[in-house]
Amino acid sequence: MTGISTDGATTDQAVPGRSATVEELYQAARSGHRRSLGRLLTHVERGGPQAETVSELAHPDSGSAHILGITGPPGAGKSTLVGQLVANLAASGRRPAVLAVDPSSPLTGGAILGDRIRMDVLPSASPPSNGRPQAGLGSASGETPRSSHAGEPGGVDQTSVAFIRSMATRGHSGGLALAVPLAVRLFDAVGYDPVIIETVGVGQVEVDVVGAADTALVVVTPGMGDAVQANKAGLLEVADVFVVNKADRPGANDVRRDLDLMLDLSHMTGQEAVGGYRPPIVMSAAIDGTGAVDVLAAAQAHLDYLDETDQRSMRRRQRIITEVRARLEQRLSQHTDLLLDSEAGRAVITSAEAGETPPTIASAALLDALLGRDH
Amino acid sequence: MSDPQLRVVLAKLGLDGHDRGIKVVARILRDAGMEVIYLGLRQTTGSIIAAAEQEDADAIGLSMHNAGHLTLSANMLKALEEAQLDIPVIIGGIIPDQDLDDLEKVGVAAVLGPGASAEEVAQAVRDAVEANLATNP
Repeated sequence: MTGISTDGATTDQAVPGRSATVEELYQAARSGHRRSLGRLLTHVERGGPQAETVSELAHPDSGSAHILGITGPPGAGKSTLVGQLVANLAASGRRPAVLAVDPSSPLTGGAILGDRIRMDVLPSASPPSNGRPQAGLGSASGETPRSSHAGEPGGVDQTSVAFIRSMATRGHSGGLALAVPLAVRLFDAVGYDPVIIETVGVGQVEVDVVGAADTALVVVTPGMGDAVQANKAGLLEVADVFVVNKADRPGANDVRRDLDLMLDLSHMTGQEAVGGYRPPIVMSAAIDGTGAVDVLAAAQAHLDYLDETDQRSMRRRQRIITEVRARLEQRLSQHTDLLLDSEAGRAVITSAEAGETPPTIASAALLDALLGRDH
Repeated sequence: MSDPQLRVVLAKLGLDGHDRGIKVVARILRDAGMEVIYLGLRQTTGSIIAAAEQEDADAIGLSMHNAGHLTLSANMLKALEEAQLDIPVIIGGIIPDQDLDDLEKVGVAAVLGPGASAEEVAQAVRDAVEANLATNP
């Protein structure tokens, strides 16, 4: 489909240098040059005109990858699980990409992105629990990358077929809401499938990002509270698949029971999904790979369900609306900044500061000024 | 935020379990406003290159406390050259003074010893990135 060489190298071609245009980087990334894809992702993170060019280039080539969102509290084992999923996917001939989102420091803007360290597993170290290779989740890709690469020593094997990118939330408001969907589209366009987004389920944006995936996996662990916690709204409501990780620890079955009860209540109150879909609860111990295959099977079953009930296209439309809205809000916010910096804007602000104009009237006047402009 | 956000890959190359220092450096760089992609222990030149490519790293920081710095640094720089990656490499750890010239010769951008202050560490990274951009435009 996209002519990707499985070893990710384009040694016989000219490698785009530091001054390469976004178009050149995109073409190189499409033919499997990972450095170029890395550069493009940096453009995506920074936003601005280059990011918009990436969006326009990737748009026609995207739309086939299965988008998986994984969220859960810190320390639940998300990254370790993702490492196992990636290893299994790579071993079964898929080309997974991972976008691992971690928080930036609100004080310094810096971040320690430590997800990769948990994803350092060999596919051969985690045989499928049912003893045979998993047929794979989704079958959109007709490519069968060489799996021999997956057996190379040194812990780099999976990254030769998989692509893992760490992304810091960075301070700017709504930045994540713009960067994540674009990064996902880029991965999709250059031939990665599935695309896995991993976030800590703490902020609304993070939960939204995962909730907007085709399949949202919520990872919980024993020792996180009882059934009352499970009924608190928010994180759990976005789940299409529950993963009870650290299932080798005491209390895992209690968690499962509590989740089951919560799902029973959803059924009683009529909040069940279309066609009576009930999020499965999968037990896993990501530390040794137990259950990773079951998680992938559950994710695939959910995708099949989406396809059967025509909900996949609905989710895609929903994602597009959300992204258009986020981009529109960003544009408006830029215009707001310009207006507040302009003479007319400052006059209104000064008047508000002096207490002559209430903030309600000041903002209404500014909005009029904003809408009156032709851009 | 007009400054592009620096992204630094930090790793221990080879068999060397002393990771106290690299954790301190990770924190220093974070607090200096950089994004640190922390790979931790037992990395190979291949795994570091894969991470640097995928993460579009501006610099690579390697921590060495096992007296292997001459061999390992040379291996790393050679692997980077083969992969056509012009990313500066900074070495930190226990490095005898008499080895500094040799490290410079193989292309190490900077060496930071135990006495380096937080400011020196962050500045060494910034300087290395800047010098690299100047020589590889």
